[in-house]
Amino acid sequence: MQTPKDTSENVICETEIEIKNAEGLHMRPAMQFVDLANRFDSDITVSNSETHVDGKSIMQMSMLAATCGTQLRVKAEGPDAHEAINALRELVEEKHFDEPTPKNSG
Amino acid sequence: MKFSDFVCFEATIAEFQARDRDGAIAELVLSLNKAGKLGKGDCQVIIREMIKREREASTGMGKGVAVPHIKHEAVKDVVGVVGCSSAGIDFFALDKQPVYSVILLISPVDHPDKHLQVMESVFKHLQRERFRSFLRQCGRAEQVEDLLKEADEDPSL
Repeated sequence: MQTPKDTSENVICETEIEIKNAEGLHMRPAMQFVDLANRFDSDITVSNSETHVDGKSIMQMSMLAATCGTQLRVKAEGPDAHEAINALRELVEEKHFDEPTPKNSG
Repeated sequence: MKFSDFVCFEATIAEFQARDRDGAIAELVLSLNKAGKLGKGDCQVIIREMIKREREASTGMGKGVAVPHIKHEAVKDVVGVVGCSSAGIDFFALDKQPVYSVILLISPVDHPDKHLQVMESVFKHLQRERFRSFLRQCGRAEQVEDLLKEADEDPSL
């Protein structure tokens, strides 16, 4: 894999995020993630322990099967990498996709 | 998880009679019921919920495939069924293109992790162009079964 670090405006930003909603990364949250990721110019890669997928592809994101409590590594690469990572972390960890977490689910 | 673990091959629709999304969903649910997979579940309720879910956000994720799904208490394990349309069906897909292959799933209410595992295996294969193209070419139920079993054995398909 190439790591294009040659342009001055290319920033790489990486973080671990945890899936907090009880139902995990099923299709609706995955779509929210992909929609948000697509608002940024940066390339977004999401990985679990075994797979790396394109964070802008709903089919690939659905492959992660990330259950509640799963840690995912999210990497953004491009001019707005920081903003992308912050927004995605907010969606996953703080808003938990506007879905119940195990504690407050009925 | 493997296709054979959740797909009811007996219920495969090799060619939809229906020409639209709602009709295709109904055919698949009724076929699962006929195969005895829905227990005491009310088909009409399941069909309605399936369509409602589809209206909220299309599961037609592009490239000619759709994966309509709901949770329902009629099933204890995830149950899936495959339907094909050679003419293509308008599923209001993300890429606005017709859908040729439908994999419909009904998941148990309280096992979100099982549902995720099934989605993982479905999309692992659906994202591959070769698999989508083979699936689209299936004209008979036996071909669907052969393809999915082959995919179970060959992770690269």
